[in-house]
Amino acid sequence: MILSLLGRSALRPNRNNNIFLNTDLENQFKAFREKAADAMPGSDWTPFEKNRSLPPERADIVIVGGGVVGWSIAYWLKQKEMIRDGVRVLVVERDPTYSQASTVLSAGGIRQQFSLPENIHLSMISADFMRNINEHLSVLNEDPVDLQFNHSGYLFLASEKVAHIMEENYRTQRYAGAKVSLLSTTQLKEKCPWINTDGVVLASYGLENEGWFDPWMLLNAFRRKAISMGVYQCFGEVTGFRYTTNTMTTAEGDTVDFRRIKYANVQMPNSLEYQPVECAIVVNAAGAFSGKVAEMMGIGLGLKDTIAGIPLPVEPRKRFIYVVHCPNGPGLDTPFLVDYSGVYFRREGLGGNYIAGMSPEEEEEPETNNLEVDHQFFQKIWPHLAHRVPAFECLKVTSAWAGFYDYNTFDQNGIVGMHPLVNNMFFATGFSGHGLQHSPAVGRAMAELILDGGFKTLDLSAFSFKRIMTKEPMLERNIV
Amino acid sequence: MASRFPILCICLSPFSLSMFCVSVCQLMQRSCRQVTLLAAPSRYWSSIPVAPPSLQPRLLLFLSQRFHDIETILSWSSWFKNRGLRQKNLFAGQSEWFRSDRRGKFNWDFMNHRDTSIEEVDVSNTLINYTGLENLVKQRGLCTLSVSGCAEVDDWFLSRLHIFQDTLEELDISNCPRISVGGLAALQKLRGLRRLDVSSLPRLQNPGLVAILLEEMLPHCHVTAIGYDHSLIYSHTQTDG
Repeated sequence: MILSLLGRSALRPNRNNNIFLNTDLENQFKAFREKAADAMPGSDWTPFEKNRSLPPERADIVIVGGGVVGWSIAYWLKQKEMIRDGVRVLVVERDPTYSQASTVLSAGGIRQQFSLPENIHLSMISADFMRNINEHLSVLNEDPVDLQFNHSGYLFLASEKVAHIMEENYRTQRYAGAKVSLLSTTQLKEKCPWINTDGVVLASYGLENEGWFDPWMLLNAFRRKAISMGVYQCFGEVTGFRYTTNTMTTAEGDTVDFRRIKYANVQMPNSLEYQPVECAIVVNAAGAFSGKVAEMMGIGLGLKDTIAGIPLPVEPRKRFIYVVHCPNGPGLDTPFLVDYSGVYFRREGLGGNYIAGMSPEEEEEPETNNLEVDHQFFQKIWPHLAHRVPAFECLKVTSAWAGFYDYNTFDQNGIVGMHPLVNNMFFATGFSGHGLQHSPAVGRAMAELILDGGFKTLDLSAFSFKRIMTKEPMLERNIV
Repeated sequence: MASRFPILCICLSPFSLSMFCVSVCQLMQRSCRQVTLLAAPSRYWSSIPVAPPSLQPRLLLFLSQRFHDIETILSWSSWFKNRGLRQKNLFAGQSEWFRSDRRGKFNWDFMNHRDTSIEEVDVSNTLINYTGLENLVKQRGLCTLSVSGCAEVDDWFLSRLHIFQDTLEELDISNCPRISVGGLAALQKLRGLRRLDVSSLPRLQNPGLVAILLEEMLPHCHVTAIGYDHSLIYSHTQTDG
């Protein structure tokens, strides 16, 4: 108070010869104020030379993983805080080039055609968010966000065996409010004359809020807005945690260890230097690599039959996407077509290019130690493609890439919530290929969970860790 | 620490603008610590006898880059504009509806004819957007829709037009700056469309190609795409021998 009064008096106009004296005094007061603030605990000042790329020494919430889910959580945390700088959020990303991140390697589709109502709601909320994306994520004096959203919809085809599942899903989707329509074989042939309806008895087409977009734009929009709101970004790898353990005994006499993370060790890239970041909450949004982060806390390394022995069931699964060129292929109205054999394709651009892929069978899962593309795998996809769309009999593969799914081996649905034994670690991972399309809604739900203590707008308690402990899977039947 | 929203406590009357700036600067001192800049704006304001009612955009940009609070104020103002836009939409949608062409009848007595359906709607050059379509959702018999020149019509608006898929015959979306190819792909659901006008859409990069693809996609529809420069651009490249 006194300091500010002194400051105000320095602004009153003075005679010329006194100005220098007053500005010098003003500068001294300013330096004194800065030193006093730095000496208070909680400030960032240290007496030693600091490497500028190190993260801050203290952060309230550390988000491990800088993909679209991680940045979405960071944005929503800042959006929901009641006072400015209420929470200090740090996002730690291992790879500044995002060369292995699932977000940027994704096909970028969004659909409401799921079998679980929670997934349908997640997609609908995310689509609403993307429709109004400039209201949420526009930064003052910067270009508006352009997701390049193609509203072509998803078209699922069902054979006789699975037609009843499709009908059931249709009812769930309509009940949840998604705009989906069922098509018979004749209607399908009328709508898409380039399809061969052999073997198809039913098709389900999304009328609204379905299509594909550019995932890199969404990631950058979240990142830009979050950084403008004060989120710290650090490129480094979380290599370990320092935690305190609280051992308690159950009624039967078994001991249970409750852990609380105190420090997250962030190691700089290509260096042994690391910074222990003192934190209150850690969010595991590391995608395909979340299993490793969870192991650092000892999740899954306990005795076989205890809760501590249940690992986080998320592992990386490699998926390939092939870019093909077909001059006479389906035109502008090509939806994101998913066949019952597991093959999918969608249009890419206006030049007759398409991207296609297929989820392999369990036994044929490729190795995940690298992102090399197996071109032989395309020989398995091509027959299905050519059968479904006769024009694809003459096509040429121009390019291909591979990416990881953060595959939840338990039930292929996301894991959102706290861990029962690690009191301050939250999970937002395991989405098995839908992380991108659900990211805005999941980010908001996590921010509500962390800041408000519970889900407010959408109840995702069905996705908590509890179902993994009680071994009750919530299977999503419409996985691509 | 005092409240982090100092702006709310300050009265924004133009007479006290200079006092406002000084007190704002005091409070920002705690967040920004840029004392040298404070002296400059306060002297600027005190030299102007009457405070201008609207600030110059350049000065605002300068200030907003330096003070977080002014940035917050500016983002609030754009948020209010968005809200205002939403409110205007309801009125705009409804007023156009009142004036729509209903087979020559002047419709002050539209309330009596609530069950007859509207055939033609012209909302050109208004602020209609996705939520504005709520008002038109009930009109199952809509044949003609013109949203030419509407600045807020974007791809999501087009994707919502599937409600009229059976009846819509004429659609005019020329001069809408926000429409791009992704939204035009959504028009495939309008199977009854006979005339489509996609002239002068600034965001289309290949208008000729898009027009051809649209004609392929909707075989019975006549696509009008004027107002584009289809000439070839020749570029001379110098090669070093």
